[in-house]
Amino acid sequence: MKPPPFAYECPTEVADAVSLLSTHGADARPLAGGQSLVPLLNFRLARPAILVDLNRIAALGQVTVEDGTLRIGAMARQAAVEADPGVARGWPLLTEAIGHIAHPQIRNRGTIGGSLAHNDPAAELPAVMLALDAEMTAQGPAGVRTIQAEEFFAGTMETALAPDELLTEIRVPALPQGTGWGFQEAARRQGDFALVAVAVLLRPSGSGASGIEARVVVTGTGDGPQRMRGAEAVLTERGTGGDAYEEAGDAAADASEPADDPHAPGWYRRKLVAALTRRACRQAATRMGR
Amino acid sequence: MADHGRNVCVTINGEAHERRVEPRLLLSDFMRHEAGLTGTHVGCEHGVCGACTVLLDGDPVRSCLMFAVQADGASIETVESLADGETLHPLQDAFRREHGLQCGYCTPGILMTLKPFLAANPAPSEAEIRKALSGNLCRCTGYQQIVAAVRLAAAMLRGEEP
Ligand SMILES: Cc1cc2nc3c(=O)[nH]c(=O)nc-3n(C[C@H](O)[C@H](O)[C@H](O)COP(=O)(O)OP(=O)(O)OC[C@H]3O[C@@H](n4cnc5c(N)ncnc54)[C@H](O)[C@@H]3O)c2cc1C
Ligand code: FES
Ligand code: FES
Repeated sequence: MKPPPFAYECPTEVADAVSLLSTHGADARPLAGGQSLVPLLNFRLARPAILVDLNRIAALGQVTVEDGTLRIGAMARQAAVEADPGVARGWPLLTEAIGHIAHPQIRNRGTIGGSLAHNDPAAELPAVMLALDAEMTAQGPAGVRTIQAEEFFAGTMETALAPDELLTEIRVPALPQGTGWGFQEAARRQGDFALVAVAVLLRPSGSGASGIEARVVVTGTGDGPQRMRGAEAVLTERGTGGDAYEEAGDAAADASEPADDPHAPGWYRRKLVAALTRRACRQAATRMGR
Repeated sequence: MADHGRNVCVTINGEAHERRVEPRLLLSDFMRHEAGLTGTHVGCEHGVCGACTVLLDGDPVRSCLMFAVQADGASIETVESLADGETLHPLQDAFRREHGLQCGYCTPGILMTLKPFLAANPAPSEAEIRKALSGNLCRCTGYQQIVAAVRLAAAMLRGEEP
């Protein structure tokens, strides 16, 4: 349980980190909070020749709100964002979801960018960033580019980042006035990765048959966060009345294909998808319009 | 590509420890093998058990998920910082009085998790205590006595218990 040998660099500028990554190619790996990478090193499941430690790059640690948009530096600690009053006021879904990541000791080191770049298929943050339409800023040798959440998460532990690209910032747009949110997670124990987690946003809207626009994202059922367009369509059509939530939950479960694994059989996860979607919808509806 | 030496200076419990270390040396091993502070225990070395929890610039973290080179310039507090000579810290005293430990393997990490928790939340509910301890595994006590010890420690720190 000791890491293999590696060379270690700790640049203080993003440009220097990027140039180290492009010089060393696949041999190099960025080190953020280390809460996923160091276990992989200790198990010797990862053997990078060189670690590029991002922890001394002060520019990556900022959390600010600019023109209503939340800007989170990739190295902002999960605990710091969880405790940020501006985040809690404008993006309470994010605050709530971070509380489900592991334990306080791990959130004190774990970073927002590290969780998104790692993209564990049952991690909370990718699902929430997809629900919130976040934009990722990436910097590589060719310059800076922006990647929408929808393209960023590219399957189990895969992202749109190139090996020599750093995720530098996450931008989360303001939620439209009156948006209600819900977040539900089932895990075996406090702090475990989700068996299933569901994020729902409901907002009053001029268009649509019911006067509601919906966003439903489920994770834990396969390759990571999945938008449930069938469930969204049910809610947009039926609104908050009758058994709309029941139907939305069923639609989300129908669109899920979780495999059996040692933590839960697939059928159980599908039942969770239906139940948690229903509950998250109810939660979101009670918060809508306020 | 291995890197065989880097100078680091880590302050542990107020004392500076300067060494030349391999970058892959875990902070937990630096404390135990280089600084000789074996109070911090190592259980799983992948972040799950919490035995290795120490304070890094005041915040509880897993010392098995950090490299000593990353702690260069930082200030670490370990379980050895709690007692004042022969006088136990209220947390330690409460754990002894309530039988909050049996083998004691998990205890250093639990105490270092609780110190900042009780400073921020001097009168926690039972649910809050259990949540605060969710990242620390104990295989002996069944947690009941640990929760009782935390309640007693909180009362002692508030000055309500001798
Ligand atoms: C016991 C335990 C329980 C956990 N439970 C949960 C949980 O319930 N939910 C959850 O979501 N997570 C959980 N985690 C993981 C934790 O949240 C990690 O913090 C997170 O997955 C990775 O963030 P990090 O900052 O530690 O990144 P690291 O571990 O440092 O890096 C992770 C990966 O991302 C890459 N990377 C990091 N930053 C960047 C960047 N800026 N640009 C490009 N690549 C980058 C690294 O090279 C590495 O491949 C748990 C961890 C532990 C140890
Ligand atoms: S030894 Fe560090 S968490 Fe188990
Ligand atoms: S007292 Fe033995 S593990 Fe907790």
